[in-house]
Amino acid sequence: MDLSIALLLVQDGITNGAIYALLALALVLVFTVTRVIFVPAGEFVTYGTLTLAALQLNKPPGTVGLLLGLAAVAGTMEVYAAVRDRALRRLPRRLALYVAVPVVIAALVWVVAPAGLALPLQIACTVAIVTALGPLLYRVAYQPLAEASVLVLLIVSVAAHLTMIGLGLWFFGAEGSRTPPFTGESLHVGDMSFSGQSLLVLLFSIAVIGALWVFFDRTLYGKALRATALNRTGARLVGISPNLAGSLTFMLAAMLGAFSGVLIGPITTIYYDSGFLISLKGFVGAIIGGLSSYPLAAAGSLLVGLLESFSSFWASAFKEVIVFTLIIPVLLWRSLTTHHHEEEE
Amino acid sequence: MSAAGSPGGHHASVARAWRAAALFALLVVPVLAPPFWITLLNYIGLYSIVALGLVLLTGVAGQTSFGQAAFVGVGAYTTAFLSINYPAISPWLNLIVGVGLTALIALFLGFITLRMKGHYLPLATIAWGISLFYVFGNLEFLGGHTGLTGISVLNLFGLPLRNERYFFYLIWAIALASLWMTQNLLDSRPGRAIRALKGALEMAEAFGVDAVRLKIIVFVYAAVLACVSGWLYAHLQRFVNPTPFGIGQGIEYLFMAVVGGAGSVWGAVVGATLITLLKQVLQDALPHLLGREGNFEVAVFGVLMIVLLQRTREGVWPWLARLLPGPVPAPVSAPPPGTALARRERPHHDAPLLAVDRARKQFGGLVAVNDLSFELRAGEILGLIGPNGAGKSTMFNLISGALPLTRGEIRFVGAPIGDLQPFDIARRGIGRTFQHVRLVPTMSVLDNVALGAYLRGHAGVLRAALRLDRAEESRARAEAAAQITRVGLEGSLHAAAGSLALGQQRIVEIARALAADPMLLLLDEPAAGLRYREKQELAALLRNLRKEGMTILLVEHDMDFVMGLTDRLVVMDFGEKLAEGLPAQIQNNPVVLEAYLGAV
Repeated sequence: MDLSIALLLVQDGITNGAIYALLALALVLVFTVTRVIFVPAGEFVTYGTLTLAALQLNKPPGTVGLLLGLAAVAGTMEVYAAVRDRALRRLPRRLALYVAVPVVIAALVWVVAPAGLALPLQIACTVAIVTALGPLLYRVAYQPLAEASVLVLLIVSVAAHLTMIGLGLWFFGAEGSRTPPFTGESLHVGDMSFSGQSLLVLLFSIAVIGALWVFFDRTLYGKALRATALNRTGARLVGISPNLAGSLTFMLAAMLGAFSGVLIGPITTIYYDSGFLISLKGFVGAIIGGLSSYPLAAAGSLLVGLLESFSSFWASAFKEVIVFTLIIPVLLWRSLTTHHHEEEE
Repeated sequence: MSAAGSPGGHHASVARAWRAAALFALLVVPVLAPPFWITLLNYIGLYSIVALGLVLLTGVAGQTSFGQAAFVGVGAYTTAFLSINYPAISPWLNLIVGVGLTALIALFLGFITLRMKGHYLPLATIAWGISLFYVFGNLEFLGGHTGLTGISVLNLFGLPLRNERYFFYLIWAIALASLWMTQNLLDSRPGRAIRALKGALEMAEAFGVDAVRLKIIVFVYAAVLACVSGWLYAHLQRFVNPTPFGIGQGIEYLFMAVVGGAGSVWGAVVGATLITLLKQVLQDALPHLLGREGNFEVAVFGVLMIVLLQRTREGVWPWLARLLPGPVPAPVSAPPPGTALARRERPHHDAPLLAVDRARKQFGGLVAVNDLSFELRAGEILGLIGPNGAGKSTMFNLISGALPLTRGEIRFVGAPIGDLQPFDIARRGIGRTFQHVRLVPTMSVLDNVALGAYLRGHAGVLRAALRLDRAEESRARAEAAAQITRVGLEGSLHAAAGSLALGQQRIVEIARALAADPMLLLLDEPAAGLRYREKQELAALLRNLRKEGMTILLVEHDMDFVMGLTDRLVVMDFGEKLAEGLPAQIQNNPVVLEAYLGAV
């Protein structure tokens, strides 16, 4: 290996690592606020890529159907709950949130898709659809179990992951898709060249991380989410609804997934079932951060990206094995530094 | 419900008839059923063995694994590799090698994850399941993605099992043996501790259970069952490739346990049957319905799982169990004279038992207990009282070992105990109850109380699973029954602890503490939440225990309850001792009246 190959591998690793970092942030966010281990994160990535790919063929993407289906289920659940609790007054707001908004987004995309949109508009449509799936998934699958143990929520997550894979196969078919790069330009500094695509991914990831920081540190909703993450009961006592916090968190997580999907599309071919491995790499990053620290999770994800790109050069068949084995020293270290063993909540 | 005699006998005979009918059906099925059904039943048997491990791990112990398919793979690939490359070695020896390998891997994974919160084990097993799949698929000597063919035929007593019909008997014999062993394990000393791991872990540790060690043992047990299933699979198919050992199958095993009902060993068989049949149906129907080829059944499984968990977390088995005759509780008989559990030597009446010497506990800048000293003599009831926030519970936790001392010393029968862990303190003869009742609600009163005698027994997982622990077990049960009688709950011996009223549950907690044969009983607000009658009954019980020579330290804020019962009182306020003396003196102490009673 010479220096130019090494540089190429580093560049590759950082680009992938930046995408894993977005996912790792989503996983940490969802876990701290809702205690859900967000296994279906990867499906939001694949849905992002495949939705964009469908829009580029001027076809309405299959996720539109999923959005409508989930909205119907969520709406039914809200009506049932409102009638059962005799709380019809709250119903219009909930229906607006869980039914009207998704239906408007779905209708809009359905109408404009065949017209052939410009790339930025295609991306906007993709992000809108996939982001709207997040709160609906929370409402339908997780909210009824919000008080259950982490273990039960994890099993629900795995079930949701499988369901979304099956639906992905149905909506998008078994063929993979790759979206065209956003830019063919590259930047030359001396002998080194950086692809514009990689730089774009990196810049965008940094921008998103910055925006999240502003959201959590400077806005009321962000602070409310942080409060819920620290103490659910306490947050409810001061008037923060855990259901709203959950929906909002899933919306953010879905958006991060959609962004990752849009960014990864030009780098690798994405199939309906590619998401699991991608999100697991985000998990390895998040576990390095103990599922609680954002900066450590982001740093861990970069490490995962680098390890992956170098191991694909040296031992490409064992790439996945090497990446997942990384969690063993991390867990070992965490376990040895945990003095008294931790009790379940 | 707990009546013995003829109704129980009738019950038992119905249960025997059911068992005989089921066994007969298993024996004749391979003779009568068409080959397709035999294949299906063989797979159900193989899956049941794996799901059984998950019932114990997930349903009972509250941990989980998505990597069981990988352990199945270890069993299958070990015997495949050995039987192809070293055909002289018996496949039965390969099984031992596979089990050893599996146990080592599970020990390691358990060791690095089980000291931490429950979600690290499942995450680690996902990574392990995926990694192993790629290892199998990429190693030349394991045949890569095409796998290994030509695995030897299994011989049983010289009879080669070439035929699926013959294999049926072996698979189901092993499946039933595993069910029997797991059922035995649950009904034993380690089994009671395993059942307390989920939800009552602090309590289990206070009675001497090493929770981390036990969790690791349960994980290894589940992994070994998976490995045995893999070994059977390899010799049934006589070829292996990586596909059935991937993470997808690992998830399916967990679904089987959850759908069937992860709380009972039979849930494993029910879940394996339902998922296998459903998959068969869906794989035929869905591609027709959707007009496309693909594994669409996973989506249906996913939805099914979510709906099931939202509706009931108990799975299908409890619902089926209602149609069958329930289990008959085994009668408790007194052990032969001279074989009862050993009792420890009692201190003489009025000898110093517990000495708290300038005990101090600080939480950061807050001094919760400020250089408190008092003494407790054998045979007395001492009340530790004070208003809310006085530091009583902190003092209690310092004695029971739940919190470490900042400074000072606590001596029990002359030896310092301030630095000991809760189970060490339990071992020395201090029994305790909990302010918020910590019983295993689904376990019988008898089993809950027998858990108190955990440190007085020795039977481990293996002895329990093989039913070699019966002599010790009958002593433990007799001791538990004796303590339940001592506190006056003999009518509820076999009732589920969760079905009792709060007052009775507190009494069960006292019986459980007594089963540990303590010299000192620590009671943390035993009267909290009790009605007037229940308080009177509790006070009468404690007086009786004192008459029998028991020493009791009572932390309480109910003045009426304490006044008529205790020999002496220590009053705390703001972490300090405000007064000490006879109840009548305390009642008229102006300082106490101002700090405490004055507020009433």
